[in-house]
Amino acid sequence: MNAALQSETGPEGTAHSGRPEVRVTPSRFRNAIGKYIVRRSKECIACGKCADICPYGVHEFAGKTMARPKDYRCIGAACENNDFYCVRQCPQNALSVRLNPILEVLGDKRWTPELLISTWYMAETGEVPPGDIEYKIGDSGGGFDRIEFCFPPGREPDAVPDDEVSLRIPLNRRNDGRPEVEIDMPVYGGGMSYGSISLSVMIARARAYQAWNSFTCTGEGGYPEELYPYDDHVITQVATGLFGVREDTIQRVRIVEFKYAQGAKPGLGGHLLGDKVTPAVAKMREAVPGNALFSPFPFHSVYSVEDHKKHVDWIKHINPRALVSVKVSTPTDVDMVAVGSYHAGANIIHLDGSYGGTGAAPDIAKKNIAMPIEYAIVKVHNFLKEEGIRDEMTLIVSGGIRTAYDVAKAIALGADGVVVGTSELVAVECIRCAACESGRGCARGIATTDPELSKLIDEDWATQRLINLFAAWRRQLIEILRKLGMRDIRELVGRTDCLKHFDYE
Amino acid sequence: MTDTIDSLCKNCLRCVQSCPGQVITKVANAEYKRLGNSYWTPDIIRRQWFQAETGRIPVSGAGYGGPFSGPGFDDMWTDMSEIVRPTRDGIHGREYINTVVDLGRSLRYLRFDAAGHVVGDAPKKIEIPIPIILKDLPLGSLSESVFLAMAEAAQAMDTFMIAPVKEWKPYLEPYKAHLIPLLTEAEIDTHGELIRGVRIIEIQLSDETAARLSRIRAAYPDVLIMVRVRLGERSGEEVLALTRAGADILHLCADRDGNVESGNGPRFVKDVVRSVHMRLVEAGCRNEITLFASGGIAMAEHVAKSIIVGADAVALDIPLLLALECRLCFRCEAGLSCPVEVENIHPEWGKSRILNLIAAWRNQLIEVLGAMGIREIRRLRGEVGRAMFFDDLERETFGRLFGKRKKRESVGN
Ligand code: SF4
Ligand code: SF4
Ligand code: SF4
Repeated sequence: MNAALQSETGPEGTAHSGRPEVRVTPSRFRNAIGKYIVRRSKECIACGKCADICPYGVHEFAGKTMARPKDYRCIGAACENNDFYCVRQCPQNALSVRLNPILEVLGDKRWTPELLISTWYMAETGEVPPGDIEYKIGDSGGGFDRIEFCFPPGREPDAVPDDEVSLRIPLNRRNDGRPEVEIDMPVYGGGMSYGSISLSVMIARARAYQAWNSFTCTGEGGYPEELYPYDDHVITQVATGLFGVREDTIQRVRIVEFKYAQGAKPGLGGHLLGDKVTPAVAKMREAVPGNALFSPFPFHSVYSVEDHKKHVDWIKHINPRALVSVKVSTPTDVDMVAVGSYHAGANIIHLDGSYGGTGAAPDIAKKNIAMPIEYAIVKVHNFLKEEGIRDEMTLIVSGGIRTAYDVAKAIALGADGVVVGTSELVAVECIRCAACESGRGCARGIATTDPELSKLIDEDWATQRLINLFAAWRRQLIEILRKLGMRDIRELVGRTDCLKHFDYE
Repeated sequence: MTDTIDSLCKNCLRCVQSCPGQVITKVANAEYKRLGNSYWTPDIIRRQWFQAETGRIPVSGAGYGGPFSGPGFDDMWTDMSEIVRPTRDGIHGREYINTVVDLGRSLRYLRFDAAGHVVGDAPKKIEIPIPIILKDLPLGSLSESVFLAMAEAAQAMDTFMIAPVKEWKPYLEPYKAHLIPLLTEAEIDTHGELIRGVRIIEIQLSDETAARLSRIRAAYPDVLIMVRVRLGERSGEEVLALTRAGADILHLCADRDGNVESGNGPRFVKDVVRSVHMRLVEAGCRNEITLFASGGIAMAEHVAKSIIVGADAVALDIPLLLALECRLCFRCEAGLSCPVEVENIHPEWGKSRILNLIAAWRNQLIEVLGAMGIREIRRLRGEVGRAMFFDDLERETFGRLFGKRKKRESVGN
């Protein structure tokens, strides 16, 4: 941990005074990718005018000459009407600004190039990007991307200070004698196993969530010792392969998650390709290096809600202070599954919708199996209400939550909180190349356990990028609540009247 | 530096982001974007090439990056089963998932004589190990090598290939057991010997067909009769009439992009197949007949989805051409030369590529079946309860919240 960060966040990374601090944490690559490209020609005489006028810090001196423009900060087209538009102001006509042609090959319908760029920007600065970069909505043509908040017209956002708006949510609502665990923002980290991501990313996640008083999840791949300092902010998974599950790992944590299914490959279990089973991974999972590992589907010991309850009871017995979360995917009868989990004694039902991230999955599964989370939230929220048990369950959703606006929309549709994964990886500069599964994994050092590739990620850097991202999200969530005249994120749950859908009259 | 080997690029953009001179950028390949048409997209084409080359199913990391839903096959999702159904492990081979389908008629009921013995013969049936047959190709720079590659592949998979009689040359004789001659009614009368040598024939539907079926059956009692029905507005009634008239198999064809002409704009093959299937279910005779669907079947998921909406199996065409590296530039249709010289393939190579493609498709079918907990593809037929449709989900969820949905733009068929 770097010294500066340490002094801000205290011995365990938790904040002394309120919130973890944002620190500007630029891209680890020489050329950060932005929406616009700014070029300075040889005509430049280094008069420094552009550096004086551009409020976005694009232009800087480097000694006697001008430094390379930090063009990823440029607001581009939106600047043309400004007096300070550097292109017009430059006495030498040395500057040009244009759209970055790389946008065409970056991202996809769900994670558009602008969502990637805006997430990188937030991870660097803790702020939403200025200018015309879209940071709220993607281009998938349905679900969250066609839903918008309708803020009461003519209403100014309430002038309450940030700290008087609460984003805290309780995770145990059952009155079952187990601890009242609360998290400071309605977001925690999804299961990503050691093996699917590098240890440094895993630890960075744990540190960032600790700093924001929330949780990260080990996924199904064991509990590396390096995570022990963060035990109170770690969820450990019991999944169908039972890889790395021991009495000790169950007893360490405050939340244990039963993973039945995963939205990206519902009904298909897990698969870690042989190449990724390095000696370290194999040891953690008590398996053989180089051999592909399969998590079967489903739990071969669960054929009924009664069997399910038996498993939940085991966990509760082994760790009396743990909450139990049940992670399921979104089949047609997802509402029944949620009720079944309630009766089995779960504290949290976690729905993972079909369009979420994964380390590797058959494309046919990612695209076609199970329903998108937007539908599942509505179905389950309403069904739990009809059954009279909504108030006792914590409904957590995931699978395609990319932005702070997605978080808020998911809650307005009926969730209590969300789980994210891909956004975190994007914050540490995942580029959505989808090659996580190939060879030794990610060329950017994220989804890999290759010792060389893993070196590409520095733990402190990654921790701070995540802290920054959540700081930016937090601000946006607070702003949304203010505009709706709310003081507490819990008021937003199920408030579909605050939403409109562009495809409905 | 030599030129970049673009096909190896994994799109990690590290070169772009690390180049000190900032001279590297990456642009989409214009030639790639021109592949195919609006239905047979470059992405679909590329995926079939990959499968034909490797026999592997496309696997990737990160989440799905495509649109929320879409037209055609993309407005439905298949189901999965969560916790309370029996174990299934067919995907990694510890349990068996069956993809065999039966071709031919089934009896509605058995008749017994006074002594309790079954009266009459059961109708002839043929099993194929995958719910796929190979259809005559609607375009392509075709040659003897191409037909040989297909026939070899059909034989190797123990399924069938449809061959119009005009293409029927002596070199195809050895593959007869796996060929289905496609004939007009007039050709039936002139090809008696050929018909007696095969197991299934396909007849182009005409107004006379239903009336003539019993005569054809009487003349060729050992041959299953399949009728090719070009889908249209009257399909439901036509299919019902043919079922009642005793056809064994009906082949429901849309155009190559999966479209079916109808009074108010084209409908998509999956929706028409669904209504035809339902028509037969309502008439109480769906189980008597085998239905094939074809047209617009471009990816493995389309096989599963066609079966869910009511087909027993599909007939594949363009993907076979893609397996042979066709680029769908449509030059051949204009009488121009084929850029990849499909006509000059080596039949053995072509066969392997087709086998690879279909093997990959079968594996994907098993993934979908496994996720649903269905161990038998015959049970998938018409199981719309194991699928979710965009319109239904919208109505049940957002419809309750937001009222009436505007006329569909993005999801039309
Ligand atoms: S204003 Fe023009 S000439 Fe002056 S430093 Fe900037 S680019 Fe160079
Ligand atoms: S165009 Fe505007 S934002 Fe961009 S570098 Fe020039 S002054 Fe700065
Ligand atoms: S391989 Fe690509 S998609 Fe996967 S984590 Fe790395 S950058 Fe992201």
